[in-house]
Amino acid sequence: MSDATAGNLSQAAAEARREDAAQTGPMLAADGRPLKRSLNRALRAQKLRALALIAPLLIFLLVTFVAPILDMLFRSVENQIVSETLPRTVIALDGWDATDLPDDATYAALAHDFKEAAERRIHTRLGSRLNYEATGLSSIFRRSGRGIDGVGEPYADQFAALDPAWEEPATWIALMADPDWISEQADWLEAAQDTPEPAFRLVPGIADVLPETTDAYRSFARTIQTTGRTPESPLTKEPWATVYLALYRDLSGATGADIGAYSGPGATRLQTAADAVAGFETIPLRDAFAEVADGWVQMPVWTTIQTFSDPYTAGYFLAAVDLQLTPQGIEQVEDNQRIYLTLFKRTMVLSLTIMGLCVILGYPIAYLLSNLPMRTSNMLLILVLLPFWTSLLVRTSAWKVLLQQQGVINDLLVWIGLVGDDARLTMINNQTGTVVAMTHILLPFMILPLYSVMKTIPPSYVRAAKSLGATNWTAFWRVYFPQSVPGIGAGCILVFILSIGYYITPEIVGGRTGIFISNRIAFHISDSLNWGLAAALGSILLALVLVLYWLYDKIVGIDNVKLG
Amino acid sequence: MKLKTMLMMGAAASLAAPMATAQDMANTVTFVSWGGAYQASQINAYTIPYRDANPDVTIVWDESSPEAVARMRAMFEADNVTWDLVDVVAADAIRLCDEGLAMEIDHDAILAAGDDGTPATEDFGDLIVSDCFIPQIVYSTTNGYRTDVAAWEGRVPEDVCALFDTEAFPGTRTLERRPINNLEWALLCDGVAMEDIYDTLETEDGINRAFAMLDTIKDDTLWWTSAAEAIQFMADGEAVMGSSYNGRLFSAIVEQDQPIEMLWDAQVFDLDGWIIPEGLPEDRLSRVEDFLFFATDTQRLADQAAYISYGPARISSAPLVGTHAELGVEMAPHMPTNPANSERVIVFNYLWWADYRDDLDARFQAWLSR
Amino acid sequence: MNGEWGLPSDTQDTFVSFDRVQKSYDGETLVVKDLNLDIGKGEFLTMLGPSGSGKTTCLMMLAGFETATHGEILLDSRPINNIPPHKRGIGMVFQNYALFPHMTVAENLSFPLEVRKIGKSEREAKVMRALDMVQMGDFGGRRPAQLSGGQQQRIALARALVFEPELVLMDEPLGALDKQLRETLQFEITKLAHRLGITVVYVTHDQTEALTMSDRVAVFDDGRIQQLDAPDVLYEQPQNSFVAQFIGENNTLTGRVAEMHADMCVVRLDDGELIDAVPVNVSAVGDRTQVSIRPERVEMNKDRLAPDAHTLKAEVLEFIYMGDIYRTRLRVAGHENFVVKTRNAPDQPRLKPGERIEIGWHPQDCRALDA
Repeated sequence: MSDATAGNLSQAAAEARREDAAQTGPMLAADGRPLKRSLNRALRAQKLRALALIAPLLIFLLVTFVAPILDMLFRSVENQIVSETLPRTVIALDGWDATDLPDDATYAALAHDFKEAAERRIHTRLGSRLNYEATGLSSIFRRSGRGIDGVGEPYADQFAALDPAWEEPATWIALMADPDWISEQADWLEAAQDTPEPAFRLVPGIADVLPETTDAYRSFARTIQTTGRTPESPLTKEPWATVYLALYRDLSGATGADIGAYSGPGATRLQTAADAVAGFETIPLRDAFAEVADGWVQMPVWTTIQTFSDPYTAGYFLAAVDLQLTPQGIEQVEDNQRIYLTLFKRTMVLSLTIMGLCVILGYPIAYLLSNLPMRTSNMLLILVLLPFWTSLLVRTSAWKVLLQQQGVINDLLVWIGLVGDDARLTMINNQTGTVVAMTHILLPFMILPLYSVMKTIPPSYVRAAKSLGATNWTAFWRVYFPQSVPGIGAGCILVFILSIGYYITPEIVGGRTGIFISNRIAFHISDSLNWGLAAALGSILLALVLVLYWLYDKIVGIDNVKLG
Repeated sequence: MKLKTMLMMGAAASLAAPMATAQDMANTVTFVSWGGAYQASQINAYTIPYRDANPDVTIVWDESSPEAVARMRAMFEADNVTWDLVDVVAADAIRLCDEGLAMEIDHDAILAAGDDGTPATEDFGDLIVSDCFIPQIVYSTTNGYRTDVAAWEGRVPEDVCALFDTEAFPGTRTLERRPINNLEWALLCDGVAMEDIYDTLETEDGINRAFAMLDTIKDDTLWWTSAAEAIQFMADGEAVMGSSYNGRLFSAIVEQDQPIEMLWDAQVFDLDGWIIPEGLPEDRLSRVEDFLFFATDTQRLADQAAYISYGPARISSAPLVGTHAELGVEMAPHMPTNPANSERVIVFNYLWWADYRDDLDARFQAWLSR
Repeated sequence: MNGEWGLPSDTQDTFVSFDRVQKSYDGETLVVKDLNLDIGKGEFLTMLGPSGSGKTTCLMMLAGFETATHGEILLDSRPINNIPPHKRGIGMVFQNYALFPHMTVAENLSFPLEVRKIGKSEREAKVMRALDMVQMGDFGGRRPAQLSGGQQQRIALARALVFEPELVLMDEPLGALDKQLRETLQFEITKLAHRLGITVVYVTHDQTEALTMSDRVAVFDDGRIQQLDAPDVLYEQPQNSFVAQFIGENNTLTGRVAEMHADMCVVRLDDGELIDAVPVNVSAVGDRTQVSIRPERVEMNKDRLAPDAHTLKAEVLEFIYMGDIYRTRLRVAGHENFVVKTRNAPDQPRLKPGERIEIGWHPQDCRALDA
């Protein structure tokens, strides 16, 4: 390199520096674009690549973790079953003052809703749902499913007696159905019936003439078209008895029907019927329902339906903390039914106890492991992990054998003479059993993070402390221990969160007093099928964990957690 | 010889059944049962002979009956029902039927008549507690006690109230960790007449009475959640008496020769049987119906009793109940339905419990945790 | 050699003394074999040796973290074998600094004072003074992780000194630092040690460090002290071939003693050529020996040698220009790694590979050592 070139170069470099210094706006890349944007563009490819790499896991987590949690949260407040099963009743009850039984229109709405629900076989599900809130509703609903026709039958009979044509499906079709639909339906019936059945359509205008009948008939037509192993056609089926109830109510003027405006098929028959209904023998709907199930003429069923008619409810969450929603507002449940707060408290206390025991038992072991030569510590670590390779049930059952009154430990104590044969210790089927077995099961989750953190603490720290004049204890407490705190934190979080959600072990060894809230969740999931309450309990548990996590972060700092 | 006749009878029955032809039937079906000795008895009595007659059929067993209702609900929500025939207790059958998850059936149309020609509905009689339910066995929850308790000084429990008599019969009891049966026994021993039990339980006072009675043994009781646990408690000597299913007690007493004796007094009858999930495809449904026709006939139900001490649900099966398949023990005296055993029986009121279960369960758990 | 290393006669009282100390970890092999060593008050003594030579074990025994298997260690003529480390009052600086990561710099320094129950105000004053001593006065509030390696080492040093120990042990304290920083700190540490008058036992495997810092250097190998001397003596008069090779660069030729005189001997190299050497640990004609000659003492100008000096023929294999010196690799008496260093001076020839030259040396620069 000649001197001249070297000089030029250094001159150029100096100029570039001057330029950079003079520039006050955003930094520009070689092509004149802002440097930030160029950088982002260059990084975007990298980010996309990274995203592609984690995408499978992300999708897996979304599907198997996030979605179920969201579903659980949703279930814990979801209550659409009431307004979906009894839509007309819920509307009719809106504004009911709950001082006396509802009016006839509400009972009529209930009749139509209930008939449809019973045909769709969803009425008992609602009954079970409402039975969570008020005992006895389940059987009212179950019985009513069978007896609901009784409400409309007197009217069906009287209309048939007036004119047998009312029993004919064709009469109703001519009155209600859209002519186009009739021909489509007829074609469908003649054909192989392997295409979907054309959905029932009303003839325009009929809803103004016979509002309630139209609604009831449409409900009938749509329902029979879509339920059952082999769907039926309205062309060939007589309407439900409740449709006749609607017709009676329309014709008797209870619903603001306008018969005079009607001039379609069967107008005269309709007019004749309208003239005749005044002479019909009637019983109040209230009494008709009393026949079906006497619960319908008592207040609780109505107040319960009204209280829980909103599509979303806090009822499950309230129940999960021993409260209940009543027409008078939120109240505590009776003393002899309060269990959840007790269980939450017990779950917390026992989990903390288990966590504490794990620290006390695990810390010395982890310390020993981390200070042994590699070969020995690997060997011992395998022993620590050994329980992981045995089935949880086997381990828990082994504790049973050890701890029960006729078990190994008691036998030993009696044999030594420490305990009398008639005063054997009760160490299982109570809280002691839960604590002992779960401490054993969760101990590795404490030891492993502790061990991996302790292994990274060089022995020179303690040596340094001792050389500086600290006694063994001071060196441990002031120097070693604070550095192992991240391991304790990680272990505690692991153990606590695991134990708070445990249920198999408490179920087996917890007896009466050692079961956790999770056991109730499991009970409601698989036994009582009160999934809403289970979801609410689960959500509260989740929230508790998050709150504790947040507290931990505030007090100890989450960046202080190390798994190794 | 006998077996052969039986098989031929079975084959003839399935041929004669007014069913779809074999080509239309699915060849792989999933049956759900309880596992253990009970499922083994079903395999021995039903599916082995059925498969001898239909070698192409593969039967997959799923041992999910304990959580059948929850699982079926989930399957219907996911619109993917993989089960074809589910063994459930009567209460679950009622629940599944009410919710429309189980298929309503015409018992006379799809089940064989009794061997004496009685129509199925009559042969099963009152045991058809739901339109969806095909009864299979009568079992009972009853009590057992250890025969070697020194502290009893030779006294032997004679009725269910021994449970509450901690003076004459000291020691730990074991009862199921749920209100069902326990409340009935408590009231019965508190002097309520058998037929008034459920009426009494509907009142606040009645419930308090039952719990007050249970209070007297609360600290002496281990609460079990699976029937096997109860047997284990008694076999280990952890408990001196307590409740379990009669079949479990039978196997502990007769098969394992444990020092335990049956206490049949005030046993609670319950039923177990099949339900068909609603909405099965045609081919699977016809296979299941074909199997059911075979597996619930008089002889098959009686055969099952050779493997487990549960009473066959058909009246016509009772005379055919023979001896234990391995031990050769006469099975009839061990059946809950045996007249000597059923002098005093509580008939479990499914409908009543369906209504009051949630409330009483909450109260029971609250009571337990106190 | 029996491993007796006393104090040079002109130094003051013995402060630390190893008396027939042995150490074994496994009961089969001795890591430290019969160590006898006296260290004077205020002395800066370095233990130098390859890894596994036993130097660190000696330091740890002195600090109290290892116990001697046999023998006695005396501190200020008190036996300390049974005194736990924290009562020995010895300051120590570790290779990885061992600053407590969860404490600030000031808390680290305050720690030894706190455990000595020194009052708060006095503690603060002492901490401040110690920080100033290592020019880190502004860093009291920082955490160790926020400091560079050199800064951490200064803090570690300050912490070892803050409680005013009379003896400070340093276990390869500069091992993790880069060369320039190391040199600065070497200088600072020696200066500080001498200013405070403390006794320092310093362990290193870096011979330059040992030579530049120490009053005396103990060269360890195989669990024994091979030589204990002042740096210049160690370099110029190695007592055996291990020390000769371990300290500085060294050319070795092998042969047998051919003639033995009072302060001179003649060695016949393996290829038959004769050279002059000072007999160090050869005793009789016929002994096998390794003769050692430093590269900078080889003379290529025959005129500077005595007329009767033995010379060797050599062939230049490589010539490297290194700025201040030339480094020439030669083939001499069958050895191909014979190195000569010459000062870059106008009169020095720049040799070319393949040139044949004649080399020689003053006999006193060439030492006949054990084989």
